[in-house]
Amino acid sequence: MSIIETKNLTKKFDDFLAVDHITFSVEKGEIFGFLGPNGAGKTTTIKMLTTLLYPSDGSASIADFDILKQRANVRENIGVVFQEPALDTELTGKENLDFHARMYGLTQETRKKRITQVLSLVDLSDKKNVFVKQYSGGMKRRLEIARGLMHSPTVLFLDEPTLGLDAQTRRAIWEYIKQLNKEEGTTIFLTTHYMDEADFLCDRIGIIDHGKILVIDTVDTLKKSVGHDVITLSCSDIAQLQKRLEQESWVSNITPHVSFLTLGVERGEEKIPTIFDIARTINVSISSVDVRKPTLDDVFLYYTGRSMREQNPEAPGSKAIKPSGFHLRRR
Amino acid sequence: MNQKDFQAIYMLWLRQMKRFLRAKSRVLSTIVQPLFFLLILGFGFNIALFPDMEGSYINFLAPGIIAMAILFSSMFTGVSVLWDKQSGFLQEVLVAPVSRLSIVIGRTLGGATIALFQGFIIMIIALLLGVPIIDIPGLLLTIVIMVLLSFTAVGFGLIIASKMRDFEGFQSLMSLILMPLLFLSSAFYPISDSLPRWLQVLSYCNPLFYMIDGIRGSLTGVNNVLPPVIDLGIILVLCIIIMGLGTYFFNKSES
Repeated sequence: MSIIETKNLTKKFDDFLAVDHITFSVEKGEIFGFLGPNGAGKTTTIKMLTTLLYPSDGSASIADFDILKQRANVRENIGVVFQEPALDTELTGKENLDFHARMYGLTQETRKKRITQVLSLVDLSDKKNVFVKQYSGGMKRRLEIARGLMHSPTVLFLDEPTLGLDAQTRRAIWEYIKQLNKEEGTTIFLTTHYMDEADFLCDRIGIIDHGKILVIDTVDTLKKSVGHDVITLSCSDIAQLQKRLEQESWVSNITPHVSFLTLGVERGEEKIPTIFDIARTINVSISSVDVRKPTLDDVFLYYTGRSMREQNPEAPGSKAIKPSGFHLRRR
Repeated sequence: MNQKDFQAIYMLWLRQMKRFLRAKSRVLSTIVQPLFFLLILGFGFNIALFPDMEGSYINFLAPGIIAMAILFSSMFTGVSVLWDKQSGFLQEVLVAPVSRLSIVIGRTLGGATIALFQGFIIMIIALLLGVPIIDIPGLLLTIVIMVLLSFTAVGFGLIIASKMRDFEGFQSLMSLILMPLLFLSSAFYPISDSLPRWLQVLSYCNPLFYMIDGIRGSLTGVNNVLPPVIDLGIILVLCIIIMGLGTYFFNKSES
């Protein structure tokens, strides 16, 4: 069952087309991510879906409520964590949650229960009576996520949930997001320009650039669509092994480097034993082997023709891409 | 309007009360400023003789300063809306499943409560300084006018704030509007036939004139141009128009 459905959703600011006729759907219970560089139209899409901006064209619905005609119903079904902090810093953490709960019409009983629950979910129970102005960036983010969950929304929108946070806090927030998706069954729509974040969290990803969706699919399918696995080998005689492996039909794209050899193959993890066998027959000993799946960076490069890293030199996350596949390295 | 909306109105009001009471410097400064006007202008001009003025100057000035205290404080509500816009908190309010009308009402109630509180403080100080009251019904009518004035002024602040993006713009526009509004309102000098004709016409076009005239007529009962009840009628109409416009603009504004 689709929980978010858009059809030719478009937003035009004067002459600038921020979101250009995008059509997609998000299934109930999944974590769906919009991956794209800054200014790709991610936030504008979220603002339209959360009824904060009027679309210039097209339509969208959330939980079968039209974002233009049934705005109140849409708002009841969504929780939003904005890119810019949207907390009242003059209030305490608990007061911020209480404000939210009352705005969403929760009863006193539910209010108390949920505040305790969400605070413990994000580990802020002991800071609940501290003014938000004294919170760190990570604590503010966590409080916002907790707040977005207060009214048990059907869909939670997260706009760049870990922007500007340190590595440890990002990890923790990823865990919270995974946890609440699993425990509360909340459908999550997030935007990010961090490859690793999209990779770690999302079931499906839409790659968006210049207001257009280039491709939508599961992370695995996207990576497979780019091509083969990459195997990197270090061995005693690179030239001899290369010569021998070139004869195998399943090897494509074999490239010798100074101290190692790379080859493109299908199902790389299954080919490793075969490679070892072949090497043994020609008396070449392999000292290390590495199978690398194509990363989302490769995917982005493939669909846009340019790397996202080039556009976001300041992004700390995009440098550390987590290899997701089989990983074996002996040094 | 359902129970949910009332809860939201209460919450928006409560939030502003909490914020106001926690910002001690704000409480102080918004009271001190009109107090300076009342004391310095009041005693400074007390020796001057205005034609067509009955009683002492401070008695004449007090209603004007009460209105001014309410006006200044109400404008601060506009600033706080802008603050919420810039800090992003407004988005949190706007995605909540409550009607825009209740958001406007909650805001206005909060702002008006604070404005009234400050108006009352100035009024009490004025009474302590010896400004006379005509009678109890007059005092009650004064309070009614003060309530309407604070709602109108807060609504006006909201309209301006919904059109503005930054503080600098808001503040310069406010002083551009507030200064002539105050000087042409009969707050500081009586509007009489001895003034140039254009000045009289401008004053009669000034909505604040009727508010101050109304307070003056009902509180001290001297020097007012129109009977307080007629002032009240004009203020009531104004208040409804401004509140309607405030809701309309707030509804239309995208965050």
